[in-house]
Amino acid sequence: MGFVLFWREWTHAFLYMSPFVFSAIGIALSVGVSVLGAAWGIYITGSTLIGAAIRAPRITSKNLISVIFCEAVAIYGVIVAIILQTKLENTTQPFHPESMRAGYSLFSSGIIVGFANLVCGLCVGIIGSSCALSDAQNSTLFVKILVIEIFGSALGLFGVIVGIIMSSQATWPSSPI
Amino acid sequence: MYGFEALYFNVDGGYLEAIVRGYRAGLLTAADYNNLCQCESLDDVKMHLAATDYGPYLANEPSPLHTTTIVEKCTQKLVDDYNHMLTQATEPLSTFLEYISYGHMIDNVVLIVTGTLHERDVHELLEKCHPLGMFDSIATLAVAQNLRELYRLVLVDTPLAPYFSECISSEDLDDMNIEIMRNTLYKAYLEDFYRFCQKLGGATATIMCDLLAFEADRRAVDITINSIGTELTRDDRRKLYSNFGLLYPYGHEELAVCDDFDQVRGTMDKYPPYQSIFAKLSFGESQMLDKAFYEEEVKRLCQAFEQQFHYAVFFAYIRLREQETRNLMWISECVAQNQKSRIHDGIVLIF
Repeated sequence: MGFVLFWREWTHAFLYMSPFVFSAIGIALSVGVSVLGAAWGIYITGSTLIGAAIRAPRITSKNLISVIFCEAVAIYGVIVAIILQTKLENTTQPFHPESMRAGYSLFSSGIIVGFANLVCGLCVGIIGSSCALSDAQNSTLFVKILVIEIFGSALGLFGVIVGIIMSSQATWPSSPI
Repeated sequence: MYGFEALYFNVDGGYLEAIVRGYRAGLLTAADYNNLCQCESLDDVKMHLAATDYGPYLANEPSPLHTTTIVEKCTQKLVDDYNHMLTQATEPLSTFLEYISYGHMIDNVVLIVTGTLHERDVHELLEKCHPLGMFDSIATLAVAQNLRELYRLVLVDTPLAPYFSECISSEDLDDMNIEIMRNTLYKAYLEDFYRFCQKLGGATATIMCDLLAFEADRRAVDITINSIGTELTRDDRRKLYSNFGLLYPYGHEELAVCDDFDQVRGTMDKYPPYQSIFAKLSFGESQMLDKAFYEEEVKRLCQAFEQQFHYAVFFAYIRLREQETRNLMWISECVAQNQKSRIHDGIVLIF
């Protein structure tokens, strides 16, 4: 049984939600949405790469780099999810405001990482598709378009950095009753 | 949603788009045309084509080669590419590709009906039909006497059925009626295709509607020029123009009353894209108009490849191959008849 507050106003609803709810959702978003972005990017690149490689088989090995950049995005999401879950600690009700803050910071960290990796995966995927087509026509274009992809994949890294900074100060003190 | 097609186009169309861009890489370049223009005989032509995509198609042909064989094999390549893409396509790309073939179906129907009118043998006519526009009951067309029978016996089962509602009559078929029928069918087909592309939306709609508008305007000018001096009344002429395109509706009003080529030129001068085409021809000359229109068409088709994630690349590829087949036919004829100085009059370079 936990400590029960009297309902005063519905605007206090957030006070009654455990910080672990938000942390769990944050961790789920961090890995789930990152993998969504990576998968989306891989299929965009992969379908074009297969079609273009029929005419120009030489492009397959170089253009797998695009797929690898997309995959890296999923790995970022998994790494951040593991880091976030190590920040969880046991604490009792009533929740200390600092614990509530820790819960919210894990939640925001998950959203940041998840959505940054989603759009990064999409970006790298679309560029990878155009890169495969250009490489099939003219092989000097590959390296130049790869530079665009590198800038695109930096977006995922920004998300990871900010996410880790957000969650680094999560502490879960227990409040004295 | 225009601008976001990159997110979901590749699910169904990514593979085929890459395939069609691979085919496009195999179109003949200016260097190939240079080599071909210096050929002395059709065997030289065959040798130069052996290094291109046409190699496997011409490899087994015995010498002496005829120009019709070369053209037939080139068309065969186009048909093989088209069928390869059509069998792998899903909706709506498969409907889009089928729409591209309806134009050829109309040409085949008119060819057989005209040939029957002039009492040619059906089998000979069937061999001259374009393979992209073949359908099952095409040989039955030779039996029909008037448009109503034509529709009831054969065309009601083909995809051309909805285009016939405007031109069914019980009059017997003769040359004039057949030309009017061809143009009415083509008008209905272009309008249907235009509506379909608009429904698809996105980059496909933008690019295809531009290409189809150019086609409609070109046909309007061709109809006008071909009907100068014939019995076609102005109202009939008006009815053959499509209801979309840059010239609709004011340009059509003016074209309908044109009586000679210079009046047509005066009408076209009001529209900047067409004014530049007509500026290339000197006064009174109308033979080079076809070539000028082909050049403009090729330029627009090449621009369709600049964007990714849309269907217009398929349409553009098929049209560019057809242009290439026309080029090869002209080159082969010039080489066979020893008139190599006239080769450059008739070909339109793609790259």
